[in-house]
Amino acid sequence: MAKQLYSEFDFMGLRKPAMLMSATLLLVSIVSLAVLKLNVGIDFTGGSVIEVGYRQSVELQPIRNALASSGFSDAIVQHFGSAKEVLIRLVPKVDQDKAELSSQIIAVLNEASESRIDVRRVDFVGPQVGEELTEDGGLAVLYALIAILIYVSWRFEFRFSLGAVAALIHDVVITLGIFSVLQLDFDLSVLAAILAVIGYSLNDTIVVFDRVRENFRKIRKKTALEVTNISINQTISRTLMTSFTTLLVLLSLFFLGGEAIHSFALALIIGVVVGTYSSVYVATTSVLALGITRSDLLIPEKEDDDPRP
Amino acid sequence: MVNYYAPWKYILLTLIVLSGLIYAAPNLYGEDPAVQISHRVNLIDEVELARVSDLLENEGIEYRSIELDTGFLLIRFDSGDQQLRAVTQIREILADIDKRYGVALNLAPATPEWLTNLNALPMYLGLDLRGGVHFLMEVDMDSAIEKSLERVAGEIRIFMRGEKIRYKSVQVVGEKISTRFNSVAARDEARLILEDEYRNFLFTNANDDRSWFVELSLNQAALEAEKKSAIEQNISTLRNRVNELGVAEPVIQRQGDDRVVVQLPGVQDTVRAKEILGATATLEFRLVYGSFNDWKIAAASGKAPLGAKLYQRSDKSPVLLKRSVIVTGDQIVGAASGIDTRSGTPNVTITMNAKGADRMSKITRDNIGKPMAVVFIEDKFEYREIDGETRRFKTTDTQVINVATIRDQLSKRFEITGLDSTRESRDLALLLRAGALRAPMVIVEERTVGPSLGQENIDRGFISVVVGFIAVLIFMAFYYKIFGLVANLALTLNLVLMLAVLSLLQATLTLPGIAGIVLTVGMAVDANVLIFERIREELRIGNTPQAAIYAGYEKAFGTIIDANITTLIAAIVLFGFGTGPIQGFAITLSIGIVTSMFTAIFGTRAVINLIYGRKTVTRLAI
Repeated sequence: MAKQLYSEFDFMGLRKPAMLMSATLLLVSIVSLAVLKLNVGIDFTGGSVIEVGYRQSVELQPIRNALASSGFSDAIVQHFGSAKEVLIRLVPKVDQDKAELSSQIIAVLNEASESRIDVRRVDFVGPQVGEELTEDGGLAVLYALIAILIYVSWRFEFRFSLGAVAALIHDVVITLGIFSVLQLDFDLSVLAAILAVIGYSLNDTIVVFDRVRENFRKIRKKTALEVTNISINQTISRTLMTSFTTLLVLLSLFFLGGEAIHSFALALIIGVVVGTYSSVYVATTSVLALGITRSDLLIPEKEDDDPRP
Repeated sequence: MVNYYAPWKYILLTLIVLSGLIYAAPNLYGEDPAVQISHRVNLIDEVELARVSDLLENEGIEYRSIELDTGFLLIRFDSGDQQLRAVTQIREILADIDKRYGVALNLAPATPEWLTNLNALPMYLGLDLRGGVHFLMEVDMDSAIEKSLERVAGEIRIFMRGEKIRYKSVQVVGEKISTRFNSVAARDEARLILEDEYRNFLFTNANDDRSWFVELSLNQAALEAEKKSAIEQNISTLRNRVNELGVAEPVIQRQGDDRVVVQLPGVQDTVRAKEILGATATLEFRLVYGSFNDWKIAAASGKAPLGAKLYQRSDKSPVLLKRSVIVTGDQIVGAASGIDTRSGTPNVTITMNAKGADRMSKITRDNIGKPMAVVFIEDKFEYREIDGETRRFKTTDTQVINVATIRDQLSKRFEITGLDSTRESRDLALLLRAGALRAPMVIVEERTVGPSLGQENIDRGFISVVVGFIAVLIFMAFYYKIFGLVANLALTLNLVLMLAVLSLLQATLTLPGIAGIVLTVGMAVDANVLIFERIREELRIGNTPQAAIYAGYEKAFGTIIDANITTLIAAIVLFGFGTGPIQGFAITLSIGIVTSMFTAIFGTRAVINLIYGRKTVTRLAI
């Protein structure tokens, strides 16, 4: 061989430690999701969030006191972004019409403050709407997975679609797991990010699969494991490049996009990293483990016009 | 195997680039502070135009332009300061002429005329970017049905009296109207006649030891129709109320079976907006029953005598009112707030419709010297947790706001006094004017974004797009050299095309939408990375540069299609199941996938062919 055609790293040689790592991460995620649960925002639980801006930096304690003396002792008060901005959260509880609650809170805050406060954001989600969102969100993930399963089965082979879906479930569970372990805010935008992760990770997986399929048809003398290894080596620079450019913009979103899309960007960053890893180790390894062989992918009539020397 | 594109392909590409630029351009021009004037019934014409421009000139308020659009008047200003000064003046003048004028603050796109002539309009900014309120309101269908059953029950009583049918009672019990009779014969006779008259109902018989019943319940089709008309009537009432609030470009839309979305861009006083929209206040006029002593006795025992009902006044003191209502709020056609000339306190002048005026005049004629009460009724909701499930309960807040002696026979117009503040009188007048909601509505979701946060979201979204975009451009140029620069051209074109398509679709740009654009920028390079890596591979295995370019594009194509279609599937599912913010993200992502495939495959190939095609090339700068 005169020139090295591509890197020859033995990716599949590491598949056992990788599987162990994936299994551990999955286990930790599932346990954490069961025990710590997700720190779900009011989008899903229902409740109110009020974000207000002050002219100067404010102390939280006086605000808490003012709210408590007006009967809002269970309000969670915290700084948001800077010391001038304050976020007030109200969990749903037995009470009056919730949409009116935020009006009352704003009145209390205005009274307690010397200068007029700037109401930056009010989110109120009724309990039923929250329930529906949770249900719709779950359904969206489920239907996306089914649609993908069908498309990949049609374009490739059934075992490939199982591999792809295994990788997607892996990515979703671990991303959710990290949100659970770190107790990061999980709101509607994070759900959207999770769905985008599905799309992204799938994109990566398909590129690898595409090469595996191509090589299975082209290279005749090697084992399935070797062919897979070659395919991963051939696509790895592209996989890393794309992940890198995507991470570049996500980091820009994360650091510059403001509080409102912080969680969204973070979920995508985690998802892209996990998704890149899973397209190599989870998707491809699963396909191998399911016992794919060359004959499964041969198209009877043509192809093979360019056999490798 | 020639790297050559026919001239028509370049013409096509140029056309697409040009139209992309034209349709994306309106987004660069920003918005002017403006005042929008409309009228609830009539179209605005030259008369108002002249009046308003005279006013502004007299007051010395400078404006940029004044234009008559279809039915409304739009005045643009150079600064928000002038806009605010103008709006107060215009409101004052127009309100003196006709209460039905709507004067609203607005931000009008500053798109030049040659672009609007081409139908090139800027994207619509979502509430999270421009500030405003989003409400999701749910209609309480049970009480809508109950109300309409009550109405039918009243009709049935009159009908049976007219037909000389002897009945004991007609009552609404749950979802049924129960009519009670003394004998089987009377019941059966009544049922026959009623069945003929009330064809929308299902009839069932029932009896206990002493009475026989016919129960009427709405059939499925009638039930659906009833719900549909309830929500439609509520929407039209909401529309009236929003017009009263003076909001430019409000969105009021039905969502699902029993919900309505209300979006009010630019509304600052959300507290008031909420009160006005959600209020289910209505008025009833009733005669007072008995004396002060009777009221005290009734309050102590908690039992009202037959034909009377116990109420509370604003100061919590008890009062008994007759059960039969003189007139109800839905017979009110006009209401204006003002100051009572005698007492100097706030009042509301009410105008009744013919039917209401007729009844009012008859009853007041017969009861001169007796007291009459105005009852204010408002539905409120509370949540209670039952078995871990949060349920909603309706409570009705009823208050007697005024008891006054009838001095004269009242007719079409009369006054209500005894209100606490001018604000109360203004709000009451507004609610009465805009009409009562057919059924109470409750806000089940609210998203309010203040104007300062909106601007911040725009700025931050913009910066993160720019920084992310430039970072990718630099990296691509560095890593793929000439090919990287070509990919950068494609990336830029992709951004332009995305903006153009979003503007053409008149999509609403939201913060998640911007996130979708940013993500697409990151992912759009993927197609080019795939192609370029493939070209590098082909070069490594010893292919000539021309063959490598050809094979690179050829072989990467299938992969790109597969990868993008699967992502598109995810995006479409997102759109189908998501609500507002998720949908915004899904739309931009889907458009981005399609445009990026075009620019990354067709666009870059065209440029690469131009640079390297039909030449002897020994080395590729890749």
